Amino acid sequence: MNILRRNVLKGAGAAGAVSVAMAAGLLKPTAAFAGWNKSGFESRDLGTSMGAIGAGSAVASGDVVVKAPDIAENGAVVPVEITSNVAGTDSISILSEKNTMPLIAVFNLSNGTEGFISTRIKMGATSNVIAVVKAGGKVYKAHKEVKVTIGGCGG
Amino acid sequence: MAEPMKIRASMSGDAADVKCLMNHVMETGLRKDAKTGGLVPAHHITNVTATVNGKTVLEAEWGGGIAKNPYLAFKVKGAKAGDKVQISWTDNTGDHTSAEAAIG
Repeated sequence: MNILRRNVLKGAGAAGAVSVAMAAGLLKPTAAFAGWNKSGFESRDLGTSMGAIGAGSAVASGDVVVKAPDIAENGAVVPVEITSNVAGTDSISILSEKNTMPLIAVFNLSNGTEGFISTRIKMGATSNVIAVVKAGGKVYKAHKEVKVTIGGCGG
Repeated sequence: MAEPMKIRASMSGDAADVKCLMNHVMETGLRKDAKTGGLVPAHHITNVTATVNGKTVLEAEWGGGIAKNPYLAFKVKGAKAGDKVQISWTDNTGDHTSAEAAIG
């Protein structure tokens, strides 16, 4: 299993191979995420980032709640709280739509951790904060718009 | 050398409330140095792992979009007062640190 995983991750089209392997049920999501999703985090395009974390076909859900300020005075520190009321939440991801690199974080939850994450993120411009929740093989998303008066991503 | 982090864990209802503050610059690699005009190289936490009594409860992957000196909070069901919470992180330069606290 470990040797297979190494080879898959080393492959040139790492993200593609991993998602194919996941689709085929070869890898559990937790195993596939054990490294660092380089293609997802370094992508500068929201669609590619969503695809890299397997959220290309996420369905909007009212069970996922994004709590963030309506107006963030300082984009360098934006408190964000994601609550997933979906039973059996496996992972929560946070993206900021207009950041240069939209994917901010992926949290894999196990052994009784509730569908709740609170953290602080950087936002480059006024945009939606998107939460992607995976539960029982299904993918859900929700978003909230945050107005940013001073960007926090340099430049 | 990585600076220490603070962990606070307390029971609220049937779940443990874990809060953690880490010390890290969290450079995205996109910011320009005001003096030299060059880009400040990326230096941010990439992986965070939390365990309760040795069992993994949270595994996170982070990009540079997490704010400087990261704050992280999560809730663990089934944990009890006195259980040991351990949180560790690794950054993109290979630096790493970990800290432990008992649930109060």
